[in-house]
Amino acid sequence: MGVPSPARPRVRPEPAAPLRRSVAERLSPYGFIAPFFALFAAFGLYPLIWTAWDSLHRVELTNLHKASWVGLDNYTYLIHDRYFWNAFWNTMTLGVVSTVPQLLMALGLAHLLNRRLRAGLFWRVAVLAPYATSVAAVTIVFAELYGRDYGAVNYVLHTVFGLGNVDFVNTKWPGQIAIASIVVWRWTGYNALIYLAAMQTIPVERYEAAAVDGASRWRQFRDITLPGLRPTILFTIVVSTIGATQLFGEPMLFQGGGPSPELGGSDRQYQTLSMYFYERGFADRHLGRAAAIAWAMFLIVVLFAAMYAYLLRRIRPDGEARL
Amino acid sequence: MGGVRTRVVAVVLAIASVLAPSGCAGSADGAGAGRITLKVRLFGTFGYQEAGLFDAYMARHPDIRIEYSTIQDSGQYWTALQTSLSTESGLGDLQGIEVSEITDATANMADSFVDLGPLGASALRDQFYPWKWAQGLTPDGKVLGLGTDIGPEAMCYRRDLFAKAGLPTARADVAALWKNGWDGYVAAGERFRAAGIPGSAWTDTASGMFNAMIGQSPEQYYDASGRLIYDRNPAVATAWGEAMKIAAGGLSARLTQFTPAWNQAFTSGQFATVACPSWMIGYIKSQTGSLDNRWDVTTAPGGTGNWGGSYLAVPKASKHQQQAADLAIWLASAPQQVAVFEKTGNFPSNRIAAADPAVRDFSDTYFGAVGDPAPIGRIFGDAAGRLPAAVLGARDQVVKDLITKGGITRVEAQGQDPAKSWAKVVRDVTAATG
Repeated sequence: MGVPSPARPRVRPEPAAPLRRSVAERLSPYGFIAPFFALFAAFGLYPLIWTAWDSLHRVELTNLHKASWVGLDNYTYLIHDRYFWNAFWNTMTLGVVSTVPQLLMALGLAHLLNRRLRAGLFWRVAVLAPYATSVAAVTIVFAELYGRDYGAVNYVLHTVFGLGNVDFVNTKWPGQIAIASIVVWRWTGYNALIYLAAMQTIPVERYEAAAVDGASRWRQFRDITLPGLRPTILFTIVVSTIGATQLFGEPMLFQGGGPSPELGGSDRQYQTLSMYFYERGFADRHLGRAAAIAWAMFLIVVLFAAMYAYLLRRIRPDGEARL
Repeated sequence: MGGVRTRVVAVVLAIASVLAPSGCAGSADGAGAGRITLKVRLFGTFGYQEAGLFDAYMARHPDIRIEYSTIQDSGQYWTALQTSLSTESGLGDLQGIEVSEITDATANMADSFVDLGPLGASALRDQFYPWKWAQGLTPDGKVLGLGTDIGPEAMCYRRDLFAKAGLPTARADVAALWKNGWDGYVAAGERFRAAGIPGSAWTDTASGMFNAMIGQSPEQYYDASGRLIYDRNPAVATAWGEAMKIAAGGLSARLTQFTPAWNQAFTSGQFATVACPSWMIGYIKSQTGSLDNRWDVTTAPGGTGNWGGSYLAVPKASKHQQQAADLAIWLASAPQQVAVFEKTGNFPSNRIAAADPAVRDFSDTYFGAVGDPAPIGRIFGDAAGRLPAAVLGARDQVVKDLITKGGITRVEAQGQDPAKSWAKVVRDVTAATG
């Protein structure tokens, strides 16, 4: 999604004017855009550069002023670090398990909301409600639901399916699925509304023409709605991927407290990259190593973004960007 | 064109208002004329607020205003404190430090804290348990931390579950079950398990017992020279072995301490025993509420150890070091430690307070049978008097968490092989401390 391009500069009415224009007038446009750049420099660019600098040093949280140059050691350490790769794969699997159902369900929801519904506004607000809740509050509630001994999920599994008590916190796949369900719950409605907005830009005539030709509702969805949504779908995939790469709060709080939540379970079974970053940086206080992890995460996101941008260029239906 | 200038001004103002909040942080001091605000930043429940001590202090010192805040989780608190120390922002005038981090502070952060000795703390030295006092000193003898409470260990047990399992319930008889130490405790656990009480295990988690066992050893994860010895210290190996018997032997409820599930289990009777440092008394009461006379307290297996307890320290960044030290000294003095004990059960690190009849002769009617309240003042007082002077290390907390939350839980809740799990512990500790 880029920043909207600024309007083309006005053609000056008379050639003599620039000399008389006050300094203030010439500088004022910069003043207007300054807040963004000031904030970006302070909170975006500076940390980025500082993190890169740190990643080339051995520097401890307890003594920030004493950094020693280690070159690329922190990066070569990462490449051979099995916990980094464990966190990487956990982030990938959690990303897939949370993003795929999330977007499919969002698509279905948007399709339903796109019809004439009674109390349509109510439903649209209702699907967005989870998005407006806090990660911490939601995760704490879900952690209770997934409790081993008294959780509602285990109660259902037990009474309906006759399964034993699943220890979600201490098992890998049930744990990851449970964490993914929190992400799905929070973000499905948000994506549904984005899809809905895109669906409403598709001309009704196309559906009418298809209906006249005898196309079924499914056929209409597949051959009119989906192609029309392609750029939007890619956009939501990009945003969800970036979100998934940074997944932190849900797996961190899922265990309900206790020591070292940043391990992501006692066997690191759902430790994500962000949590591993936190462990190395703030539990172990090795800021240099943590900075290298942060940069690795940044590169992963850039890689995904580049891949999607390439895909987007290839599938754009009519050569016109919709993002 | 006059409008342009006003617009520029407006933009500048807009930027200024965005950036302003970061600039005006430290200005809350002069709230009232001549009044000093002391920011007290603690974790968990120190009991000062609960016992009304801050109010009492402000009443005695009208020129002082105390602004208190606490973070429930000590680990998060410590991480936040380190970040604050290294950036010198967001610090209080008085900060709490937990015992498993005090050596980190004295060894690695001595420059960030004030020497309380010359500010009046030295006068209190002989009042404290000597080991407690010594732990708060920097290598060159500065008083960095002033002791608050200590955590002498006992064992808490459920009388009703013991009776159901056919085990004795009287305190002396229960203590006799493990008079030969942790082996006796495990053997009693096997008897309990054999009784087959549905939904009840012998203990909450092997991690709790592991921590209790380590607390009994003078040498733990580090030696006196500050070297890591956890992987060759026989005391750690023994404690790990006993913990494995509990973890792999089906004696634990496989819970993680300080989680909601653990809290619920106190009430639902999912475990019959829990390692009981003095601060656990207040914790049990807060979790189980009206379940009076179910729980009881007796001597711990294997003698006594220390688990927990804290210190107060004044960061050098404080603008009111003397006033903050005065408050710390007042809070650490005997009458205030007695008041905290009466309110929360946090056991005094001040020996005069520990010997005070209000502490020494205190019996808690919540624990023990009706008409036979548990004499916790005497139980914990005796334990405190016999505590070993433990050697602490800079990263004790990290090593402990990696062994318990990592190593023991992998065996206990995930059924992993103990030897493999220990190998992971070694790898984790090496990465964390390297």
